[in-house]
Amino acid sequence: MSMENALPISHRQRLWLYALGGLVMLFLIAPSVIIVIMSFSGSSLLEFPPQEWSLRWYESYFGSVEWRDATIVSVKVAVMTAIVATLLGTAAAYAINARTLRLTGLINALLTASLIIPVILIGIGTFFLYARIGLNNTLTGLVIAHTVQALPLVVLTVLSGLRSYDMNQEMVARSLGAGRFSAFFQVTMPQIRFSIVSGALFAFITSFDEVVVSLFISGGETTTLTRRMFNALRDQIDPTIAAISTCLIVLSIILLSAAQLFGRGR
Amino acid sequence: MSVASASLDHAGRPDAALNTDALRADARREARGLLALLSPGLVLVFAVIIVPIGWLFWLSLFDESGELSAANYARFFEQASYIKTFVTTFKVAFTVTGACVLLGYPLAYMLSQLPRRAVSICLIFVILPFWTSVLVRTYAWLVILQRKGLVNTWLMDLGVIGQPLPLANNFASVVIGMTHIMLPFLVLPLYASMRTIDVDCLRAGMNLGASPAATFRQIFFPLSLPGLASGVVIVFVLCLGFFVTPALMGGGKVIMWAMRMEQTTSLYSNWGAGAALGVVLLAVTLALLGLFHRLLGARATGVWSER
Repeated sequence: MSMENALPISHRQRLWLYALGGLVMLFLIAPSVIIVIMSFSGSSLLEFPPQEWSLRWYESYFGSVEWRDATIVSVKVAVMTAIVATLLGTAAAYAINARTLRLTGLINALLTASLIIPVILIGIGTFFLYARIGLNNTLTGLVIAHTVQALPLVVLTVLSGLRSYDMNQEMVARSLGAGRFSAFFQVTMPQIRFSIVSGALFAFITSFDEVVVSLFISGGETTTLTRRMFNALRDQIDPTIAAISTCLIVLSIILLSAAQLFGRGR
Repeated sequence: MSVASASLDHAGRPDAALNTDALRADARREARGLLALLSPGLVLVFAVIIVPIGWLFWLSLFDESGELSAANYARFFEQASYIKTFVTTFKVAFTVTGACVLLGYPLAYMLSQLPRRAVSICLIFVILPFWTSVLVRTYAWLVILQRKGLVNTWLMDLGVIGQPLPLANNFASVVIGMTHIMLPFLVLPLYASMRTIDVDCLRAGMNLGASPAATFRQIFFPLSLPGLASGVVIVFVLCLGFFVTPALMGGGKVIMWAMRMEQTTSLYSNWGAGAALGVVLLAVTLALLGLFHRLLGARATGVWSER
């Protein structure tokens, strides 16, 4: 079913619309482009376009022990969050998709709660809870908090994969004698693996970019990259952050393209 | 949680009496297995979100001497600084939502009219910022808008202005930064709903002699309103609790709700007052989403599954 040339309106009559849409797209993308270009500037003044080019801000990023440690913390937490959230989220999506449990609405609401509840409240609440059980400033605490925030994305992504998959195939496998688990791993999972991988990538990026909750519950040796960036931005505008930002943008592009690629393989 | 709560709607009919028990046991086993799959995620959400929020709610009911009182809530009506925070928050939220509608509607409309191939390219411009760290984008706007930032430098080089304009650290910069962050939340659901509008309706209108403008106004626009509403609600709700951009770009002058919560708890360690702020914020958020759900029957979390 093609939507092309659906209406008798020529592209010429629509020029104003394309111009307006183009401007909005420019508004959306320009800040990232500007930061990427400025990160290669040779001067400590933030000028655009830069008069001279250098990699000094990247050297200052990779050369600094503090920035490196914070990056390592963030990577560790994001990898663990991706693993845990993908396991829990896939299991939950599978159970929701079966539709035999009651209270599906409540279960859905609980699992996606962290998308709706103001993040600041989650941050304060987690800090308050962790203070009682000694999880503040620990990797475990960060992974748990980030997992809760990433879980809804995994559930929604895997669920949409499961919805386009015919569950009868698994039923056939089971009726032919396969156990529940081998039926899932041999029949269902290969067909929804792309959604699972996409979910994992979204979980990773959610954790890696998370700021507000990390502000409350990370610190000292477990300071995340975003927390350190936030504090640095509060004081002054350090061009090193342009280099770090560029790395984050590139990471987003890579992960999104991967998710897109996997999504297409579905 | 009781295992017996699993639904057994196929069982219990008199003519299936022979197999009923076996089937019921089977279904129960099935339900138990599914519940086991769900429980780790549910337990985690319960422990990290529900329990602390409940706890904070409990705390908010006591004053500083430990007496049960409504002092934490009464403060909101009595102290001018709180009232100012609420006014600022709603002002920012309304302005940002309005700006998102003005910028987002034409973009979504354009996307809905383009061929699929062009859309997949244009959508990159929406989705890439959506998945770029909020911090990175806020930093970018700081660089662009600050005193010696790009806009001021350019304008001064062009001779338009003699003195740098105060673009950063004020209401306007918070609105600009937040609009940039919220825009995809409006465009994505709006675009998705515009895609479902049947082109035959528009074609019929034009066949019957309506001009393109009239077709848009009388057919397309009304049909796009539910999608617009879901975008507006999600943007507005996210604005109410937003922290990063106002904290970094407000210059300490634009105090929004979430910043107030952070200050009250981190700076003054007044958990009761901070918790009360959180409770009201959550109540407002849920009320808005509930109202929206009731009026339109749509789920605001849709934006995350419509990427």
